[in-house]
Amino acid sequence: MRLPGTLREFGIPRLLIAVFLAVLFGVAVATHMDLRGLISDSIVRVGRNGILVLALLPAIQGGLGLNFGLPLGIICGLVGAVISLNAGVHGIWGVAMAAGIGVALAVPVGMGYGWLLNRTRGQEMMVGTYLGFAMVSMMSVFWLLAPFKNPTLVWAIGGRGLRTTLSLGGIYDKVLDRWLEFTVAGVRIPGGTLVVFGGLSFLTWLFFRTRMGISIAAARSSTRFARAAGISDERTRLQATVLSTVLGAIGIVIFSQSYGFVQLYTAPLLMAFPAIACILIGGATVTRATIGHVIVGTLLFQSILTVALPVTSQVIQGDISETARLIIQNGMILYALTRVGRA
Amino acid sequence: MARVLRHLVPLLFLALCVFGIVVAKITAPFLLSEMLVRIGRNSVLVLSLLVPILAGLGLNFGIVIGAMAGQIGAILIVKWGIPGIGGFGLAWLIATPIAILLGIATGSLFNRAKGREMVTGLIAGFFANGLYQLLFLFAVGSIIPFHNPAMVLPQGYGLRNTVDLSTIQYAIDDLIKLRFHLQGVEIRVPVVSYALIAAFCFLTLFFFRTRLGQQFRAMGQDPHVAAIAGIPVERNRIVATVLSTVTAAWGQLLFLQNIGTLNTYSSHEQVGMFAIAALLVSGATVSQATVGQALLGTVLFHTLFVVSPLAGKALAGDAQIGEYFRVFVAYALITVALVLHAWQSARAAREARRETR
Amino acid sequence: MTSSAAGAPALELKGIVKEYEQNRVLKGVSLSFQSPAEAMEAGIGMVHQEFMLLPGFRVAENIKLNREPTLPNPASRVLGKKLESLDVARMRADARRALDAVGLGIDEWIRVAGLPVGHMQFIEIAREVDKERLKLLIFDEPTAVLTESDAEKLLDIMRGLASKGHAILFITHRLDEVLAVANRITVLRDGEVVGTPDPKTTTVARIAELMVGRPAAIAAQRRFFAPTTEPALGIEHLREDMPGERVEDISLAVRRGEILGIGGLAGHGKLGIANGIMGLYPAWGRVVFGEKLFPLNEPREALERGLAFVSEDRRGVGLLPEESVELNIALSALEAQGRFLHPSPIPALQVLNHGAMHRHALEMIRALDIRTTGPSQQVRRLSGGNQQKVCVARAMTLRPKLLFVSEPTRGIDVGAKERVLEILTALNREQEVTLVVTSSELAELRAICDRVAIVYRGKVEAILPPDAPDAAFGLAMAGESARAA
Repeated sequence: MRLPGTLREFGIPRLLIAVFLAVLFGVAVATHMDLRGLISDSIVRVGRNGILVLALLPAIQGGLGLNFGLPLGIICGLVGAVISLNAGVHGIWGVAMAAGIGVALAVPVGMGYGWLLNRTRGQEMMVGTYLGFAMVSMMSVFWLLAPFKNPTLVWAIGGRGLRTTLSLGGIYDKVLDRWLEFTVAGVRIPGGTLVVFGGLSFLTWLFFRTRMGISIAAARSSTRFARAAGISDERTRLQATVLSTVLGAIGIVIFSQSYGFVQLYTAPLLMAFPAIACILIGGATVTRATIGHVIVGTLLFQSILTVALPVTSQVIQGDISETARLIIQNGMILYALTRVGRA
Repeated sequence: MARVLRHLVPLLFLALCVFGIVVAKITAPFLLSEMLVRIGRNSVLVLSLLVPILAGLGLNFGIVIGAMAGQIGAILIVKWGIPGIGGFGLAWLIATPIAILLGIATGSLFNRAKGREMVTGLIAGFFANGLYQLLFLFAVGSIIPFHNPAMVLPQGYGLRNTVDLSTIQYAIDDLIKLRFHLQGVEIRVPVVSYALIAAFCFLTLFFFRTRLGQQFRAMGQDPHVAAIAGIPVERNRIVATVLSTVTAAWGQLLFLQNIGTLNTYSSHEQVGMFAIAALLVSGATVSQATVGQALLGTVLFHTLFVVSPLAGKALAGDAQIGEYFRVFVAYALITVALVLHAWQSARAAREARRETR
Repeated sequence: MTSSAAGAPALELKGIVKEYEQNRVLKGVSLSFQSPAEAMEAGIGMVHQEFMLLPGFRVAENIKLNREPTLPNPASRVLGKKLESLDVARMRADARRALDAVGLGIDEWIRVAGLPVGHMQFIEIAREVDKERLKLLIFDEPTAVLTESDAEKLLDIMRGLASKGHAILFITHRLDEVLAVANRITVLRDGEVVGTPDPKTTTVARIAELMVGRPAAIAAQRRFFAPTTEPALGIEHLREDMPGERVEDISLAVRRGEILGIGGLAGHGKLGIANGIMGLYPAWGRVVFGEKLFPLNEPREALERGLAFVSEDRRGVGLLPEESVELNIALSALEAQGRFLHPSPIPALQVLNHGAMHRHALEMIRALDIRTTGPSQQVRRLSGGNQQKVCVARAMTLRPKLLFVSEPTRGIDVGAKERVLEILTALNREQEVTLVVTSSELAELRAICDRVAIVYRGKVEAILPPDAPDAAFGLAMAGESARAA
């Protein structure tokens, strides 16, 4: 069966996902659910996850493919968060300090990661995945042994080793969500977090119009063209990796303040996958992505995840949203992987 | 560098194991009894990786899918209440065709993602896991009739988190019972399992020496040259994936009959990672692995598995550290192998170009 | 016995051979092949220019690849012939016989990796000879990689095979060899048969003439004025590692203000010269530009010193097909010279000055008559000729002192061809840009150049005036310019 051009460009999986979301909302309306609450929750989750999705953009634009090594940046952000908590810095300054330390760590980490990816061309995605896994498990040992003494962070018994989940209640839980919060037609909008997400999106867009950003995108499109134009693609790939890692570090800090908890140990292990699914659902491919893809994809996927649980739980017991997430997320990534060089 | 590493990795690993054994004061009989069991239940899963490596597909992260096929067989025979060797045999018969179909599907995916087989296999495993959950957590008992209160959740559909496999436990291991005591520790030797492993090793070696095996070797070296010589590369890649998936299904069944319980939603999840890490410990690479390396790797990796929590406890007073550490080692090993592989293939491509000039 | 020699660029030849393979008459039956396996079945063997050998396999395994003799076993009786065991003894015996037939005395059970190139060539031939059904054997430039004595040996083997009743299709540019072995000769040029001289009566010079052909009509607009003798670019002993191109020892002096042509057969290094100096592939040697030593392998340095390059590979190197016309035109100058950017304290973070880029693109579109809907159109939507003009526009934007142009008219239609050549000559005449034009179309070089250098096997074979006789060009391209003198 031949589909009309525009529909084909949109892609069957994307179409299915959009239809699925529409059906979910349809059921929600039909069963008189709290639609405003659902929409509000969806928007909150867009703000919460948006920067982690945005972090994937520089890697795709830099020709590195899907950055499965996102946990490297996430770990940097988590270390920043833990240090700020240990120091007891509250409120917006706590978030700023966490993000600042995270960025400071992410730059050297991203450079090391980028250096490795330059030496493992063609296998970036696999190397990224397992480097991320390895670092997450190494950090698990670190969290257990780290010399943090603040009693709110360490296990009550024994007094050593960080807890798996650190509550941000009363420290900087939702400070950005509440800053500039407003309500439209009964829908609560977490203004501050969205402003940060929007601001970083704009800066990323602007960055890809600077000399450095143009070089990165040109090297992605054609290594040999770039070389002929005097651009070293080893350098641009490194720059793209660093930027992606830095955004990952900021992303997890924003995520944590919105979520209200800092999750350590194995929590970052699989965080790259839903973010990757978001940007792909938005219309990105392994070789091309835009800010629009980031925003649309995050909105679609996070809405599904928000709405699926309450809607389906009216019909069946048990949490089908986790299963749906696995299928949609990995199905989307599989689809993208098998279409490289086609679409 | 590759040659040094081939010996360096297993030697380092051996040193790590010996260190752990010494600090945790592990006794020989304890280690022996643990290892005999673990080798018996894990070797076939590791062996299932060899054929795709030979054929140039790299490490088959998709063996998770084969493991799921094995579990489907196990779940059905428990539902039907067929015990012992008969039940095991039936599970084997059910799992095989399912694994063949899933292998064909996975192989076709690999053909559409050439050069990215490994990441595709990994994601395909996650995706299949979603479908598996959909099947056993929601479809079973609601859409698919399934009446067995011991297995189904109280809500009337969906399987419980564990399935009791005691009816087929040791069905193979104890077909011929061999037990003895060493310094007061009972040591069980699963004779028939070892015979099966030996048979698998022999079959793999035999396969390498057949016409088809030679075709796989040629594809593994250079698919373009193989295609010019008239070898049906795409079809053979699917065959290789099917062989691997089916072997993994059998391996998972052998694993389950030893363990005696099935964690419905998690038994299969780590299969791929642990089998792959075990193979790589031996110094095998993404493009080169032998039967001997599969066996050596299984021994070394599972020694660390036994030793590491105990050593962690002895060293830091916390078994958790040892557990995190062994997971780290598994991931780090795979990372190093992937890095070296990518590094070398980039260099080999450069050199090949220079040579043919 | 059919044997044919041809002396047109190998790329075109391969096209012809492919066509032969797809629709060939063998023993009175017309055949068309969908896959290499089918051609093999029909009794056609091929000795490839690039080796089709598995380095990790043993010699015998390579010779018998996918044709291994096998022995049945219990598994194969149930599951089919594919699972029959390899009969190693017979594999070795067969391989031995084939190796002896081509006179290669090496052990049949050693690995191919690390063997000398000449050995690999003979192993390839042994593999084809071993095929029982072999009727026609195609040799694609087989002597290119061989030493003189090995080449002699190969010709002997070809004679031997022919006397046993095998037909041989011998594709080569070595005219001596053709005359030595061929029963019949066909000369191809640009995908067309241009002559079938009788090997008994013809000469090397005659074949060379056929290979080159008459210069085209654009010869009329040739520019006649004495070029300066002042050196612009001096190249000494340039060696390069570019796949598919041999640049072994090029020495060449480009004069300021001239248009220098570089010609030669495909793979002999003509395309490598510009690529090497622009730093696109690893190169070694001594290059002087503007009386200063010029660093190799530094693409940015090349641009900054006033060199520019319009690549032969438009889609791979010349353009970003997904991007706009304006960005394609501006990009090199933006990168190398920092133009079209808003000022900013951090140079790397200067933001694109879209207006300046847009205005410049409009200017170029008008000056070069680029047919486009506007500066923001995607380049891949343009026709080949207009894409080429975009490439030239980008090079011009750099305001170079010396411009390399490779294959300026490849893949563009006739009208556009002339327009592109006009633009290039105007650039040289009006803006005094020294031009080095590399082309497979000798006619166009002879039409616009002041001098034409011909390369052969990675060296400059001769530098000829554009009005030198056809035979002189032909012989130079065949590496026999000594004969012309």
